[in-house]
Amino acid sequence: MIDKKDVEYAAGLAHLKLDEEEKEKYTEQIGEILDYVDKLSELDTDDVVPTAYTVPMKNVLRKDEVKKSLPREKSLANAPDEKDGQFRAPKIMSD
Amino acid sequence: MNIYDLTIHELKEKISAGELTPGEIKKAFADRINDVEDKVKSYITVTYELAEAQLKDYENKKEKMLAGIPIAVKDNMSTDGIKTSCASKMLENYKPPYNATVVEKLNEAGAVILGKTNMDEFAMGSSTENSAFFVTHNPWNLNHAPGGSSGGSAAAVAAGECAAALGSDTGGSIRQPASYCGVVGLKPTYGMVSRYGLVAFASSLDQIGPITKDVEDSAILMNVIAGHDPQDSTSIAGKKEDYTKYLKEDVSGMKIGIPEEYFNLEFDEEVKASVLAAVEKLKEVGAEVETVHMTDASYALAAYYVIAPAEASSNLARYDGVRYGLRSEHASDVNEMFTNTRHEGFGEEVKRRIMIGTYALSSGYYDAYYLKAQKVRTLIKDDFDRIFNDFDLILTPTAPSTAIELESKSDPLEMYHTDIFTVPVNIAGVPAMSVPCGFDSSEMPIGLQLIGPHFGEGKIIQAAYTLEKLLNINEKRAEL
Repeated sequence: MIDKKDVEYAAGLAHLKLDEEEKEKYTEQIGEILDYVDKLSELDTDDVVPTAYTVPMKNVLRKDEVKKSLPREKSLANAPDEKDGQFRAPKIMSD
Repeated sequence: MNIYDLTIHELKEKISAGELTPGEIKKAFADRINDVEDKVKSYITVTYELAEAQLKDYENKKEKMLAGIPIAVKDNMSTDGIKTSCASKMLENYKPPYNATVVEKLNEAGAVILGKTNMDEFAMGSSTENSAFFVTHNPWNLNHAPGGSSGGSAAAVAAGECAAALGSDTGGSIRQPASYCGVVGLKPTYGMVSRYGLVAFASSLDQIGPITKDVEDSAILMNVIAGHDPQDSTSIAGKKEDYTKYLKEDVSGMKIGIPEEYFNLEFDEEVKASVLAAVEKLKEVGAEVETVHMTDASYALAAYYVIAPAEASSNLARYDGVRYGLRSEHASDVNEMFTNTRHEGFGEEVKRRIMIGTYALSSGYYDAYYLKAQKVRTLIKDDFDRIFNDFDLILTPTAPSTAIELESKSDPLEMYHTDIFTVPVNIAGVPAMSVPCGFDSSEMPIGLQLIGPHFGEGKIIQAAYTLEKLLNINEKRAEL
């Protein structure tokens, strides 16, 4: 059974900030959903190979050739902040 | 009939007969949007500037399949320079720098794109109530939900606010709203339609497909959007066909399986009666219908609520406020910027699914949840393959009820159950169509689902077309 600590842990991994009320609510709701998911343990899958894609997939390779790509201004047009043709983020290292 | 009630093929006939011009058609649909949009609220963005530009190019495109036909596109498909919000605050002002492949294909086919439709945020939901902006109303009864997540597309088609629309379907998001809104919705085989430019939710399940007023339009739209795309490594090469060749009234000798475990689930009696009545009609014209046994659909739903959130948690990690989308203004360092951006930008259901997915993928739980679900996925796929060794199609209801009332389901798990009949199809990657089969005692539409084997769209279209002609309800429209 999932508890509040698990919810806080998952929220931390996912970079989500939750207030107390949300933590309580998500603990209950996600607990119920995972309880439902536990149905899966009723099925014997010991010798079953997992499936990621249901239709035949193969590695797709192409020649390493330079092709047309988006111009820099267009790629940066949606950036919340940019400087000198680059994405700008708050500083990561302290002074 | 009003111009806005016409199908793609009817509009094409009127254009070629010289009875209507693309300009008149566009005006008729724009007038209709003007008249009913405040009641239905299908569109997040109307794109009349784009529509006008496409109309101007009509002379060069008039031999193409959708020349002059007004189409709506779900707001998770990228449109160059036009807002693509996914109904999320995270992307409220996002204007993609390129077109999704399906949008390019619509362009090439001469379509006139009228707008971008409302949806559940990032396609996570079954009622379109999870839109960060507003609720869409079911044209058949405005107090009811249009279904979801492609609720805006289905409502727009049902309300005559476009001739047809594109939706996307991860667990039923085309078929369930099509059923709720009395229109035709097709989820193609995984990989039949390019996902390039479709904002990713659960990449191994997502698929784009048509939402239309009848089966013929579905085949026409599939002819436009299906096919291999080198930009999508999961798109299938060499399987595209002319789907209109399956528009035949003929099901004689077609073997249709009715899964007992699906019909034994608890669901609306009126829906069950209507679906079974349609089955009788198909029998009368020569379909060979038999009861079959399949794995209980609830296992597929359980596997879905591991696989889809797990993939979503990974796909939505990209929303970090750096390259595009929202950036929180309340942050002193980079980590605070990440968490505050995601806190402000994501709605409740999206956060819930990211949390489930992150938990299911986290160290110590991967085998118990994700790996287990992927193994169950094999069992479900094998189960469908086994049936399709002996049967052409499987027939089920599309949804356990007709359109739910707005604000009637606050419990997430209860809402998830509205997709019980549609989710197994995505887990197995097979194609399926929802086609209207009747109305309940409140005059709300009922849909049934035809499921085919991988690349079996043709037979689905043929059976659905036959059924549509037998039932003769496809010209009934919602009154607004």
